[in-house]
Amino acid sequence: MGRYVARRLLQMIPVFIGTTLIIFLMVHILPGDPIRAMWGDKAADPAQVAALRADFGLDQPLWKQYVDYMWGLLQGDFGKTFGGREVADEMSEAFPVTLRLTMVALIIEIIIGIGLGAWAGLKAGKAVDTGVLIFTLVVISIPVFVLGYLARFVLADELGWVAPNVQDSTDYAQLFLPGFVLAMLSMAYVARLTRTTFAENLRADYMRTAMAKGLPRRRIVGVHLLRNSLIPVVTFLGTDVGGFIGGAVITEGIFNVQGVGNLLFKALQGREGSTIVGVVTVFVLIILLINLVVDLLYAVLDPRIRYA
Amino acid sequence: MTIIEETSSVPTPRSGDSDTTPLLEVRDLHVEFHTRDGVAKAVNGVNYSVSSGETLAVLGESGSGKSVTAQAIMGILDMPPGSIPQGQILYRGQDMLTMSYEERRKIRGRKIAMIFQDALSSLNPVLSVGYQLGEMYRVHEGLSRKAAKAKAIELMERVNIPAAKARVNDYPHQFSGGMRQRIMIAMALALEPDLIIADEPTTALDVTVQAQVMDLLADLQREFNMGLILITHDLGVVADVADKIAVMYAGRIVETAPVHELYKRPAHPYTRGLLDSIPRLDQKGQELYAIKGLPPNLLKIPAGCAFNPRCPKAQDICRTDVPVLDPVTEQDGTELPGRGSACHFWKETIHG
Repeated sequence: MGRYVARRLLQMIPVFIGTTLIIFLMVHILPGDPIRAMWGDKAADPAQVAALRADFGLDQPLWKQYVDYMWGLLQGDFGKTFGGREVADEMSEAFPVTLRLTMVALIIEIIIGIGLGAWAGLKAGKAVDTGVLIFTLVVISIPVFVLGYLARFVLADELGWVAPNVQDSTDYAQLFLPGFVLAMLSMAYVARLTRTTFAENLRADYMRTAMAKGLPRRRIVGVHLLRNSLIPVVTFLGTDVGGFIGGAVITEGIFNVQGVGNLLFKALQGREGSTIVGVVTVFVLIILLINLVVDLLYAVLDPRIRYA
Repeated sequence: MTIIEETSSVPTPRSGDSDTTPLLEVRDLHVEFHTRDGVAKAVNGVNYSVSSGETLAVLGESGSGKSVTAQAIMGILDMPPGSIPQGQILYRGQDMLTMSYEERRKIRGRKIAMIFQDALSSLNPVLSVGYQLGEMYRVHEGLSRKAAKAKAIELMERVNIPAAKARVNDYPHQFSGGMRQRIMIAMALALEPDLIIADEPTTALDVTVQAQVMDLLADLQREFNMGLILITHDLGVVADVADKIAVMYAGRIVETAPVHELYKRPAHPYTRGLLDSIPRLDQKGQELYAIKGLPPNLLKIPAGCAFNPRCPKAQDICRTDVPVLDPVTEQDGTELPGRGSACHFWKETIHG
C-alpha cells in the first residue's frame, strides 16, 4: 500500500513535466504578440516593447523560458501577470471560490443523482424508472450554457427568486443556482450509473441471501445493496470533482462567479502566459491527486481489490 | 378469550410436537412465472412434509422445480414475475402464505434458514464474514456489534474453521470454497433454526470437501434435532444423509420413498433412469446409460405424464392422463409406508 502510493506519487513527476511543457508550448504557439497588444491600435515605441519583453523574459529562447518558469515554480513562484500582479495571488483569490462552487455542485450531484438513481433502480421497469431515464436523457442532451442561461433567465431575471450574479462567493445560498447548473450534467450521469448498478445488484445472489436471513428491507437495501452499488458511483464522483473545477469556466461566466474559470478565461483573452500555465498546472495537480485518492478509496470500498 | 387463543398459537417446544403436526408441510403448491413468452409452470402441485430431526432429500434435474419450491418456502421468490396461484406452506400448522411480510421475515433465518449453492456469490463480497454472521444476532436478537462479533467467532469455531478469531474480519473471497460453504452453513445455523433448507450445498465443491461439508451438516442436524430439506441432483450425497427422498420432474413429485428403498427398487421409470445413469465400477468399460431427451419446456409441459416423451415404457395412456402420486404396495398388497409413485405402470416398474 505504502509502496503503491509512493510509486503513484513518483509517476506524477513525468506527467507534471509533460503537461506543463505542452501547455507552455501551446501558449507560445498562439499567434499575436501579447506585449504589442497592450498598446492596442496605437503605435508602440519599439524600445518600450523590447524593454517589457526583456522584463518578462520573452526575449529568451523558448527552452530557457520554460526552464526559468519551472525553476521559479519549484521555488513557489508562479510568475507575474503583465499587469504586474503575482499570479499566485490571483490564484489564491480564485481557487477558494471555485472550490466552494465545486463543493456545492458535488453535494447536489450526490444527493439528487444517487437519490434519483436509487429510486429508479429499485423500481426498474416501472413508470418512475422510465421517468428518470427520460429526465436524465433530456439533461444530457442540453448543453450546459443553454441550461445555465435558461436557469438564470427564468429563476433570476423573470421570477426574481435568486440574484442573477454571485456577489459574495462565501454565501452558499448564492452559489446554489450556479452549483446546480454545474452539477446538472454529471448528476444525470450519476443517476443513470446508480440506477444500473442498483438494478443489477438487486438480482445478485447475496441479495437473496440477505433476504433469506430475514433482514428488514431497510437493511437489505441500505447495507447490502448500497455498499455494493456505490463502488462504481464513488469512482465516477471522484473523477468528476476534477471535471467540475475545470468545467466551471462556462458556469462561472454565466453567473459572474470570480473563480478559476473566470480567471483562466480572462488570461486566455489577454494572452497571460504565466497565468494560463499556472492555473492549468494546478488543475493537473488536483486531478492527479484526486485520481490517486479515488484509486485508494476503491480499495477501501471493495476489499477484493489489493494494491501492490 | 383472546389470551387463550394466543397461547394456543404459540409454537410448542421442539420435543413435544414431532408426532402430531410436521414441522413443515407443503400442500398442493403451485408456482408460476409470468414471462414474455407465456406462463412457465415451475411447480405444479407439490406435497411434502418434514419433521424435526428428519432429512428429506429433493432430487431432480435442473428446472424440475426443486429450488423454486424451496424459494417459495423461504418467501424469497421474485414476485413478480413469480406467483403462487394455489397451495399452502404450513410451518407448525400455520400457513405462511397468508402471513404478513413482517411475520414471515421473523421466521426467515430464525426458524427456517437456507444454505445456498454457490457460497462465493451468495455471500456479500464487500462485507466481512464476521459482519455477515453477526448480522443474524444483531437483527434478530438485538445484540451489540461487539457481542455479535463474539458470537460470530463462536459460530465459525462450531463449523470447524481454523483460527476463527483471526479470520473473523476476512472477506468471503479470502476463504477457500469449502470454508466459504462452512460459513454459509454457520450463517444458517446461527439462531438454531427448526428447519434448514440446503439448496445443492456441495455442488460447487470438490469431492473430498463435499464429504466434509455433508458430514458437518449431518452432525449439526443431529445435534440440534433440526429438520433438513436437502435439494440436490447428486444421488451419492443423498444416500448417506437422507431419511426419505422426493424425486421431482417438471414441477411434480414423481416418486417418494424412504432412502434405501428407492435405491433398491425404484417405482418410477424416471428414478430408474437416474439410478442407471450413475457410473458403476462393476460396469467399467460399458457405455453409461443416459435418459434420452431434455427436460420439458416449462412453458408447454407435455400432456399426460410430463416424462412420457423420454420414457422407455410410455404407452398411449401416458400421453393423455396425468398420473397421480399413488401409494406403492408390495405384490401381495401389503403397504409400503412412505412410498408413492406417479406412474401409470408403477407395478410393472417396481415388480417387473
